[in-house]
Amino acid sequence: MSLLSLENLHIQVGHDGAEVVQDLSFTLEPGRMMALVGESGSGKTMAARSILGLLPPPMRLAKGAIRFDGVDLAGLGPKALTKYRGARIGMVFQEPMTSLNPAMPIGRQMEEGLRLHLGLSRVECRKRILKMLERIRIADPEHCLAAYPHEFSGGMRQRIMLASVMLLKPQLLIADEPTTALDTLVQHDVMNLMTELAAENGTAVLLISHDLGMVSHYIEDVVVLQHGIPVERGRTTEVLTQPSHAYTQRLVDALPRRSAGGLRNAEPKPALVELQGITVDYPGHALLFGRRVAKRAVDGVDLVVGQGETLGLVGASGSGKTTIGRAIVGLEPISGGTMRFKGQPLVPDDPDTRRDLQIIFQDPYSSLDPRQRVEAIVGEPLKLDTGLTRKDRRERVREVCDEVGLPAGFLTRFPHQLSGGQRQRVAIARAIVRRPAFVVADEPVSALDMTVQKQILELIRQLQMRHGFGCLFVSHDLGAVEQVADRVAVIETGKIVETGTRDDIFDRPQAEYTRRLLNAAMLLGRSYNAAVS
Amino acid sequence: MKAVLRRIGPSGVLGGFLATVLIVFAVLGPWLAPYDPVALDLRARLGAPSAAHLLGADEFGRDILSRLIFGARVSITVATTTVALAMVIGVALGLTAGYLRGWTDRVIMILNDSALAFPGLLLALGIMAVVGASTTAMVIALGIAFAPAVVRVTRSSVLSLREREFVEASRVMGNAERTTMIRHVLPNCVGPLTVLATAMFGWVILAESALSFLGLGVPPPAPSWGNMLAAARPYIQEAPWLIILPGLCISAALLGANLLGDALRDLLDPRMQS
Repeated sequence: MSLLSLENLHIQVGHDGAEVVQDLSFTLEPGRMMALVGESGSGKTMAARSILGLLPPPMRLAKGAIRFDGVDLAGLGPKALTKYRGARIGMVFQEPMTSLNPAMPIGRQMEEGLRLHLGLSRVECRKRILKMLERIRIADPEHCLAAYPHEFSGGMRQRIMLASVMLLKPQLLIADEPTTALDTLVQHDVMNLMTELAAENGTAVLLISHDLGMVSHYIEDVVVLQHGIPVERGRTTEVLTQPSHAYTQRLVDALPRRSAGGLRNAEPKPALVELQGITVDYPGHALLFGRRVAKRAVDGVDLVVGQGETLGLVGASGSGKTTIGRAIVGLEPISGGTMRFKGQPLVPDDPDTRRDLQIIFQDPYSSLDPRQRVEAIVGEPLKLDTGLTRKDRRERVREVCDEVGLPAGFLTRFPHQLSGGQRQRVAIARAIVRRPAFVVADEPVSALDMTVQKQILELIRQLQMRHGFGCLFVSHDLGAVEQVADRVAVIETGKIVETGTRDDIFDRPQAEYTRRLLNAAMLLGRSYNAAVS
Repeated sequence: MKAVLRRIGPSGVLGGFLATVLIVFAVLGPWLAPYDPVALDLRARLGAPSAAHLLGADEFGRDILSRLIFGARVSITVATTTVALAMVIGVALGLTAGYLRGWTDRVIMILNDSALAFPGLLLALGIMAVVGASTTAMVIALGIAFAPAVVRVTRSSVLSLREREFVEASRVMGNAERTTMIRHVLPNCVGPLTVLATAMFGWVILAESALSFLGLGVPPPAPSWGNMLAAARPYIQEAPWLIILPGLCISAALLGANLLGDALRDLLDPRMQS
């Protein structure tokens, strides 16, 4: 008998609203793994939440049955469901930063489920938790029991979350984008840990993800959702190699691939931005009576970006890659080294330099003023150009919006009325409206869906060809870098470990760290051409 | 219009209605009031509501309805100007402290915290004891007493907003700090500030009553809801309407201001549209 089977599930907004999931059916056998793949808004998270009765209020289960071990969970009340939650069905959420209670020590949080569902004594709980922490290779488990979530990195927190769910040995684990918020190396670790733990405990896994490439390396069966409708299902390898539905085809096409043809800029370009031995320190926490200990985020970095060239800067989170980009545009003061721009010392606050240096931020949800309309946002940089009349500005804004693929009707919209991809287009339009010579793109696609990522990357490349600005493309995502970069620099804990042309880095990596990154990326399906021995 | 009504909802409509009634009485008072609010009529002293005096008369035989109508005028003027004054002082200081941070912030916040630690009414009392009781003195005193709360709210909004990427984008664009503050930071503080301003509207009316009660409010015989409340205290047994009616007016004004404040906050937020 199958462990979980959804039968013609329909989820609706209110009683007369749209259906966010339509007629979804699938079965999951005990101990097997299955993935629900789709982009944001495809209803995949709602479908997963409905299993545990966790739908957020306007959403409701309109029709269908959720059979778990022979019982229809859809028909159970909240009270009866608590017997299933945690004990028999565990859930891991996307955001490790918010899914642990910041005011409770790790040990207490992990203990909660054990005491509630198994009624174990404190001593017994402690024993089991310590064993589990050892199993997930946490250094110093004793210390970890008393530590608070903020003392751990995102990846560690996700492992702890996973451990506390798996402590109860549930029959089913629902993992909702468990690695989306993490960077490549850590993603790889967490996915491995999850599959191992599931196999050890005979737990079935339902993975929710937007990343078909990653799924294909871990999960046997997949259901693809588009706008709440299941469009394709089957063995992951088959779906990936022979997609039968047009949408799946699009998802497969969106997987990162190296842009066709050789290098665009074979010959070296004259230098546009030169960094020499720059260091950036963050003031650390002052100890009581002690001196502040500065934390060195960037440690003696040399980088050159040529005119019209894209330099991909790759590293894990916390490696200082974002700090370098922010330092160039003057958002972070440097504590040592020199920066030169067009051969002159770089003074970010100089008005002429300002025109020429722009930045595209990672999160298009916070980089646009929620109270401005698109036209005002894109046109704002032009206001500083006093030579332009209002009419000129309007014209220019229209032109740029057209260039980045925003229809004219969008000019009067507010950011909240746009999708993530459209917002990022607005942010790009704002950055290029004054035709800068240099643009820092700080993880510009990591908050977006796969198909949208591809479009935005293509847009950046296209705009660059047309306008010839130099670009520092900061990312933890090797797939994205492989698509847009001419040259690549790899950074680890504030130091550059390797610099080279894209093909050199991806095909003939020299540094050990680069190899590890590429390996993880390949295993996650984030880089297809990576040939690592 | 219909769209606006739907967006603010029934509580917003009620708030708008109460506020409109209040403003109409305040503006058209002299034409609406049946009597001169300070005219004495000792025969009607402490009279219950009757045909001649719809809402009764006070200890000097003055018509309560007329006094309430004129009182609306005084109370609303006092409340509006006080709130405006507190807002101007508070927003200016809060914005400066939150945006510049460092020493400016420390100095402003130390002064502000000491002002907050001091009961607002007591501060107002002190100021009025020095400059004497008059409506202007009261507005200035209450304005200063209420400003620290505004400083706190503004500063905390600014602190969280200045880390947002759109503020950084404005800096990278080359906008001066002042432009960034006025164009991007301030408009995004409007939500919490509207709510605070309308809540404060209520507190000011109460504070005005309290000061009047102590004899430092709007000087008699001019009517304000506060001093009517204060004057009615000895007669609470014989003529309870003297105290109930201004009390009701104050409650209605508070309710109206608060509901309207919430509705305004939603109306001014583009995210609540569509």
